[in-house]
Amino acid sequence: MLHKLRWSRPTLFLVLLAVLALVSIVCFMTLGARGNWSFVLPFRGRKLLGLLLVAYAVAVSTVLFQTVTNNRILTPSIMGFDALYILVQTAIVFFLGPQMLVLINPYAQFGMEVVLMMAFSWMLFRWLFLSGNRSLHLLVLVGIVFGIFFRSLSNFMQRLLDPNAFQVLQDSFFASFSTIDPTLLGVASAVVGCVTLVLWRMGHSFDVLALGRDNAVNLGVEYKRTVVIILAMVSVLVSVSTALVGPITFFGLLVASLAHGLVGVSKHRYILPAASLLGVIALVGGQTLFERVFEFDTALSIIVEFLGGLVFIILILRGAAR
Amino acid sequence: MIITSGLKKYYGETAVVDDVSIQLPAGGITSIIGPNGAGKSTMLSIVSRLLGMDSGSVTIDGLDVSNTPSDVLARRLSILRQDNHMTARLTVHDLVAFGRYPYSKGRLNIEDKAHIDQAISYLNLDDLKNRFLDELSGGQRQRAFVAMVICQDTDYVLLDEPLNNLDMKHAMGMMKLMQKACRELGKTVVLVLHDINFASWYSNYIIAMKNGRVVRQGTPDELIRPEALKEIYDMDINVHEIGGHRVSLFYD
Repeated sequence: MLHKLRWSRPTLFLVLLAVLALVSIVCFMTLGARGNWSFVLPFRGRKLLGLLLVAYAVAVSTVLFQTVTNNRILTPSIMGFDALYILVQTAIVFFLGPQMLVLINPYAQFGMEVVLMMAFSWMLFRWLFLSGNRSLHLLVLVGIVFGIFFRSLSNFMQRLLDPNAFQVLQDSFFASFSTIDPTLLGVASAVVGCVTLVLWRMGHSFDVLALGRDNAVNLGVEYKRTVVIILAMVSVLVSVSTALVGPITFFGLLVASLAHGLVGVSKHRYILPAASLLGVIALVGGQTLFERVFEFDTALSIIVEFLGGLVFIILILRGAAR
Repeated sequence: MIITSGLKKYYGETAVVDDVSIQLPAGGITSIIGPNGAGKSTMLSIVSRLLGMDSGSVTIDGLDVSNTPSDVLARRLSILRQDNHMTARLTVHDLVAFGRYPYSKGRLNIEDKAHIDQAISYLNLDDLKNRFLDELSGGQRQRAFVAMVICQDTDYVLLDEPLNNLDMKHAMGMMKLMQKACRELGKTVVLVLHDINFASWYSNYIIAMKNGRVVRQGTPDELIRPEALKEIYDMDINVHEIGGHRVSLFYD
């Protein structure tokens, strides 16, 4: 009986979250719609697709990053991954000139950025996590320093650009939850699809990796290869979400922590869907609330970051108390 | 049989494992003893591929650990480290089930389930199997991890200080269990131990390390002697024979 109860808890929450996510999606698509449905639906549909992609990318990348690093406080964005994306984008314009952004199509540019991201993040990870045990506080500090460093370096390069080039570059930064970059939606969906396929095929190793490196090696996981692939996929997902809506620091932490708290067991077949659904509820539901009910526009990212930041502080304090 | 030859590992300039060439006999319990910092755990980690070596080689039944696929080795040899802090939240049953991962890659079949139940009852964890690991005492958690390793059903079981966290009763229970596993399941158990009396009482073979080198090896009768222990630990240790076993007294 007891055993049965424990089993049903994650499933129960998943169903509940799925219902809530569906409700938010329906509300987002229909509330306050005036005029022609054939205009409203595709217009809002594009936005919805963007939000869904971001929610999924952030949730999956954060959960897997935490699994691989065996750490519930660090996330790709806290470690400065999205600042790195901005840096890569700036560097491309800086070194190759603004014509590049206009000449090469956005897909090739996106592809180039993703490849650079994967290389950089792998180096960062190798240095931080594979060379011995480092203290959590050092890692958090390093992440924050890296974030500032990447951001300052991008700012520095942006200042050196000529105004025309800067204009071109800035256009690509102006993404937010309410103004999702539509050119990349197609390629982003395709990329996220491919990433999902790769992750799906290695999904059985996630739970084992969560046991820590030694146990994973003992159980026969090709540790280095698996971790490299997962991190590469995490970098791709971070690139996708940053390209679509810009950097969001604490959102991933918020959904991953909530998912772990709600589900109660560390099984990825529950945690990953739960985190993604929570992401959808927060983004789509939150966006609906702000656009339609409160008639604010840009506040969602502030609220999400505020809540995520609170979770971060609580986790740090708890970690320090232990 | 586990054979190491010319095994070396450096941390910076210091050799923590220095030219170790040993053969660990198949079957029975082999204990590795020695003072702190002798390189016992490091050697066990290298043998079980958790740690790379700087030179030398390790073979397990002829399989070279540095180039045999990890999942092939996972069906031959299992290793349990002393520190098993983890962030994952799991029940005892879930943890033990991971022991079948090398065989089933997460899709448990009937045979796997039988192995899991068997391992759980082998370590008397039936009452605890639905408890979460963070609700258990240190000793219970230790037993849960050993159950996972038993469930992995490998010929060789390597344990790094398995008696840490255990009181006398459970420490003795653990050693008896290892003896039973050797006898009934034909396992080869290699342990790092600090308590030389446990090593003397329960081992078939003892390897003594000091400063990264193997200084002595042999049966408990050959090794638990004042002159040998003096060489290993740099202290005078009295050895008495009680009930056919050699017992050391090292209290001043």
